[in-house]
Amino acid sequence: MVKKEILTILETSEQWGWVLEPDAKRIFSLDGFDVPKFDVAKAPGDVRRIGTKIGYPVVAKIVSPDVLHKSDVHGVAVGVNSDTNLQNVFERFSAIEGFEGMLVEEMISGTELIFGAKYDYQFGPMILLGFGGTGVEIYKDVSLRMAPIGMNDVDSMIHGLKAKKLLEGYRGAEPINMQALKRSLILFSGFVMKLKDRIESIDLNPVICTPKRCVIADARIILKTSK
Amino acid sequence: MRLQALFKPKTIAVIGVSTTNDRHPANVIYYKIHHRYPVEIFAVNPHGGSLKDDPVFPIISDIPRQIDLAVIAARADYVPEILEDCIKSDVQSAIVVSGGFAEAGRLDLQSRMVATAREARFPFIGPNCLGIYVPNHVDTFFLPAERMVKPDTGNVALISQSGGILVDQMIKFTEEGVGLSKAVSIGNKACINELDLLNFLARDGETKVIAFYVEGFGKDEGREFVLAAQKCPKPVIVLKSGKSSGGQRAVSSHTASIAGDYQSFSAALAQHDGVVEALNELELVSFCESLSSYQTSIDGNIGIVTGSGGHGALAVDACSAQGLSVPELGEATKKEIKDHLSDSVKTIASIRNPADLTGSAIDDDFVWTVRTLCTIPEIDCVIALLLPYLPGITMDLGARLSSVSKQTGKPLIAYVPHVDKYRMLIEGFELNGIPVSPSIEGAVLMATALRRSKPW
Repeated sequence: MVKKEILTILETSEQWGWVLEPDAKRIFSLDGFDVPKFDVAKAPGDVRRIGTKIGYPVVAKIVSPDVLHKSDVHGVAVGVNSDTNLQNVFERFSAIEGFEGMLVEEMISGTELIFGAKYDYQFGPMILLGFGGTGVEIYKDVSLRMAPIGMNDVDSMIHGLKAKKLLEGYRGAEPINMQALKRSLILFSGFVMKLKDRIESIDLNPVICTPKRCVIADARIILKTSK
Repeated sequence: MRLQALFKPKTIAVIGVSTTNDRHPANVIYYKIHHRYPVEIFAVNPHGGSLKDDPVFPIISDIPRQIDLAVIAARADYVPEILEDCIKSDVQSAIVVSGGFAEAGRLDLQSRMVATAREARFPFIGPNCLGIYVPNHVDTFFLPAERMVKPDTGNVALISQSGGILVDQMIKFTEEGVGLSKAVSIGNKACINELDLLNFLARDGETKVIAFYVEGFGKDEGREFVLAAQKCPKPVIVLKSGKSSGGQRAVSSHTASIAGDYQSFSAALAQHDGVVEALNELELVSFCESLSSYQTSIDGNIGIVTGSGGHGALAVDACSAQGLSVPELGEATKKEIKDHLSDSVKTIASIRNPADLTGSAIDDDFVWTVRTLCTIPEIDCVIALLLPYLPGITMDLGARLSSVSKQTGKPLIAYVPHVDKYRMLIEGFELNGIPVSPSIEGAVLMATALRRSKPW
């Protein structure tokens, strides 16, 4: 079952062809995924209150229906550690095309993965797992499967990553919470199957994996154009 | 859909023969079937007349027999109506050889045929195809008999979107001694597609291996295909063309950019047991040959026997690249092998894995070593690298090693350079159902096929 609020958000988003990040975070949160604490500052007066509520340091991101790739317009600031700095970021973002607000969220550090989905013409919904971040298309260290996937698929997808040792506690680092990763990926597969008729592709990038959590730090949902 | 009439027709009508041009594709098909196959055949052309001494019927309903298969080679504009005539006359199936449909911008003609056929539950192959070749039963390829290279009758079914690739693969199958049960060129696959044939061939008693050359599947059809292939009790091999994405579409997500059409295709195949992707023609023919011989799957622990250290080393490299292991032999096994080698070889042979029997080896040394490897559980497949130019090797070795494999029940794969001079050695293997490759790499690919196929 898809929650009514999720459908409402998707319908509202159709005008842009994709789902704005705060809305996408809300969708994943509603469906049981772990997302960072977040709020959106719409006016300069919101900044201090939200910054304090989330707790410094924070990540700030542009919210604009005209900006699909935030990094490309310098619309992301990480490690913002004070009211003043956050206020400055807000001012800078305000000048970006289509500015509707600034997403402020809890900063989480860990191993950056990508969860992806796409509707393939020949094979239907596909699920991707890989090492994420901005270099994802350079390293292309990914595993791909036809959805839905089961636990065996999840195990073999993780096994198929060249850099999988980085997840297992490489050179003294603490291993990530593998159960949380597997659970999130299965949940993601279920999400994609439920909404396969509406969604063209999804990037959850990065999904940040820590020894405790598996958190969706960014989410981009591209909707099918002809419904 | 019932496809039996397509593959085992007793009566065939060839529609579109020419009374003035004997090189017309329909005429080639007519004469070929007439002279060579156990089928009653009739010619059709609206103008009537005769073809040599045979009557040409103006319309299919004039033929005094029920027709199992209509082979249609008329101009595209006429074909939808011809198809309707066939259905009215209770014809059981058709092959539309003619081109000039979706591939030439006439999707309207093709859609009309599909609608007619679907309503009548009438199966047809094509359009824009060569049709079907079944050894000793039927051949609708419009290629003159003297130009065609036909593999021996065997258990591999080959389905191809491209007629040219199909004919070419038949040549390669012939060269490599791979036997064919059925060959089908499906062209635009407007009605019968890969999935229909997979489902039919899964139950076909003459077929043990099903191989496809695919350019692309229709919407969601790839998904149905891999799910059906997973359930199929026979190994399914797929060679896909169009791996490099020419004209990459603009995509707005990283996922859509990384997971392109081919990446998704390859991933979906790899995910499903029972489907093996062949990356190129060498893999396709090697996989077909190997799976046609052995319906067993292996873990991939390879024993290698060679007459030259270099061959052994290349084979180990190829195994490693394919993820096969070449395990070290136990001391007892090594001693067992060495003790029984001929005196001149015993002192110079390097008995490990690969076991290098050297250029002084004779037949008995190979037979003994292969036999020993075939009986130990650490090895589940043996590759014999045979160099027929060595003076101690005779042409009898193929048949002798084949019987070792048969007795022990362990898969044996041979490498022998394929030149006419060594033909008897090669046939000693092939006629006994043991696969032989003309390259070391091919021999290793044959073992790979056994590891990648599921047990069935």
